[in-house]
Amino acid sequence: MKANCWEGKKKVRVEQVPDPKILNSRDAIVRITSTAICGSDLHLYNGFIPTMEKGDILGHEFMGEVVETGPGLKNHLRIGDRVVVPFPISCGTCYSCQRGLFSVCENTNPNAWLAEKMFGHATAGIFGYSHLTGGYAGGQAEFARVPFADVGPIKVPEELSDEQVLFLSDIFPTGYMGAEMCDIEPGAVIAVWGAGPVGQFAIASAKLLGAERVIAIDRFDYRLRMAVEKAGATDTINYEQVSVLEALKELTGGRGPDACIDAVGMEAHGHPAIYAYDRTKQALMLETDRPIALREAIMACRNGGTVSVIGVYGGFIDKFPMGSLMNRSITIKTGQCHVQRYMRPLLERVQRGEIDPSFVITHTLRLDEAPQGYDMFLHKEDECVKVVLKP
Amino acid sequence: MATELATRADAVGYDDFRSTDPGREHGNGGAKHNGRRQSDSDERLARVLGWFSIGLGLGEIAAPGKLAELIGVENKPGLFRLMGLREIGSGVAILSQSWPAGGVWSRVAGDALDLALLSTQLAPKNPQRGKTIAATVALLGVTALDLFTSKRLSKKSRGTSAPAGARRGLRVKEAITVNRPVGEVYDYWHDFQNLPRFMTHLESVQVLGPKRSHWVAVGPGGMRVEWDAETVEDRTNELISWRSLPGGDVETSGWLRFKPAPGRRGTEIVVEMRYDPPGGVLGATLAKLFGEAPDQIVARDLRAFKNVMEVGEVLHSDASIHRRPHPARPPENDSDAGRQAGYRSTGR
Repeated sequence: MKANCWEGKKKVRVEQVPDPKILNSRDAIVRITSTAICGSDLHLYNGFIPTMEKGDILGHEFMGEVVETGPGLKNHLRIGDRVVVPFPISCGTCYSCQRGLFSVCENTNPNAWLAEKMFGHATAGIFGYSHLTGGYAGGQAEFARVPFADVGPIKVPEELSDEQVLFLSDIFPTGYMGAEMCDIEPGAVIAVWGAGPVGQFAIASAKLLGAERVIAIDRFDYRLRMAVEKAGATDTINYEQVSVLEALKELTGGRGPDACIDAVGMEAHGHPAIYAYDRTKQALMLETDRPIALREAIMACRNGGTVSVIGVYGGFIDKFPMGSLMNRSITIKTGQCHVQRYMRPLLERVQRGEIDPSFVITHTLRLDEAPQGYDMFLHKEDECVKVVLKP
Repeated sequence: MATELATRADAVGYDDFRSTDPGREHGNGGAKHNGRRQSDSDERLARVLGWFSIGLGLGEIAAPGKLAELIGVENKPGLFRLMGLREIGSGVAILSQSWPAGGVWSRVAGDALDLALLSTQLAPKNPQRGKTIAATVALLGVTALDLFTSKRLSKKSRGTSAPAGARRGLRVKEAITVNRPVGEVYDYWHDFQNLPRFMTHLESVQVLGPKRSHWVAVGPGGMRVEWDAETVEDRTNELISWRSLPGGDVETSGWLRFKPAPGRRGTEIVVEMRYDPPGGVLGATLAKLFGEAPDQIVARDLRAFKNVMEVGEVLHSDASIHRRPHPARPPENDSDAGRQAGYRSTGR
């Protein structure tokens, strides 16, 4: 089959690789009909996530048709079922899964010992996302092996298009969890750093959950425009034109947003001097992540508010404003999304017409064109927000 | 912190295997207690040598010119700094205690190198020849001390006879919680023939009698090792301990403790194993370089055990079915997939 493989920093290539096989009894093989490039794939592309190997198949947002099932699946899934696959691989029976913490499943990361060295404790396995998360082949391919196919994948009705349900695999639930962690009350003001695909869904979800005002922060006007026109943001801040902290004070009567969502993560941009500082420390390996958006989100948040972190971080950060966080009673909530928890309720919202997640798609390419897709997405060419690939 | 760890280790420990000096082992940087026991005087000497290495190394890096003058040789700052780094490396290896004997042996090798370099400066044309000769004599003295210490340390770690529950060799301790009742977890482990289903290096265990069993494992580099073991203690739902019998390829002993986890979270397991690895300590160190460190193997095997108990089989990724690092993509041919533990482990 054809698959998009990581071949080194800023280098991906569509290669011919062997077809996937059933390795465990509750595996299914899925013929992929749609897959997408995630913003977090850019962290791999840019070489900021350790433990990648040349030849790793990328991709953790995918859906398709079940073509083979392992002997342990019984009647949960049948050949021909159309499914969306969540990015964390979860067993459904361990302590974490039983508490809905699917992205920290205790049984799906064969490299748990490696992850323990890096993080203290291991996370779940993730498709196509380094060997720290298990070394699973990803979904930017014609086929993928899906372990615990009776736990993760959700069947989707024929009347919904791939484009409407594909993002249940990651970015819609991720944005939704980001908003949910804000404990939004009626009248709440939420600020969202990053108007990329996850930021768009965080904005839309904050509105769905009853926020009165949602402020989008980015440096690309076309993304801020999408945030207002499609996701429902009420205000925007272009951080290259104005100071975010001052603008937020002005927009919130000096109080600060009730909750701040960091939908940016480890490769943030910001004020040129601060960017240069963090980029240099990152290059010298003195920190692995650039927490520019996170620092700002903490400083901006109102007293007693919540900072919700859904942007991906990989390692260590520097100049963390702990004093502001502690003295002002701010709560931080974070996590890789527990996608399995949100798939069904969000699918129902799509079915009820409350949201059409396809609004983020700006480009649809063939799988063969994945390298161009990565390049375009990275450089934000042609007003790129979300690239969908068709195998 | 150290006290807390020690108390905790006492709480979960097992008397027969408890170290004579837990304080030192727990000072060994956290929960991996694979420290080695040394008698006090040898260890004190090793520590002095370790600090000496670091001091000398820092001197070589900070003030190569002064040092060159002191020993009467040509000042080559680059070379001195390299030697300084080497010294610091030896010092850290000794003081980190993970392998003090190796650290001191690396000093011996360094001494040989230094002697070789000094000898090039002993020619009569060296105006400071007197100082260089003095330095060489001093270095010979240090070399003798290094040799003495490293030999003593190595001898201790290798041991000569094999007393029961041998307190030597490598020591690995790991813990995991399994989300199943304690009886079920104990029963599964108690049937030793189940162990190869989740222990990567174990090929087979044959039960020979009520207390005796025969073990076959594949060590680093594909080396096949066999030994007989006897169960020393067996307390239902609490503890199993074992040791190898004389005559086998491996000297090993260990214990495994089961305890109901709080909040009905299943069973807490603590395992401690000691063994003389095939190829000795050097073999274990080489194996570590290739990603097969003993603590890592035990941690991985315990995780696989948890897999078997909680989901019925060992879960594999596209990369983990291979023994060596492999890209995350499907196997090239069927023989690769032959290691799928998935289908040899559904024994419940």
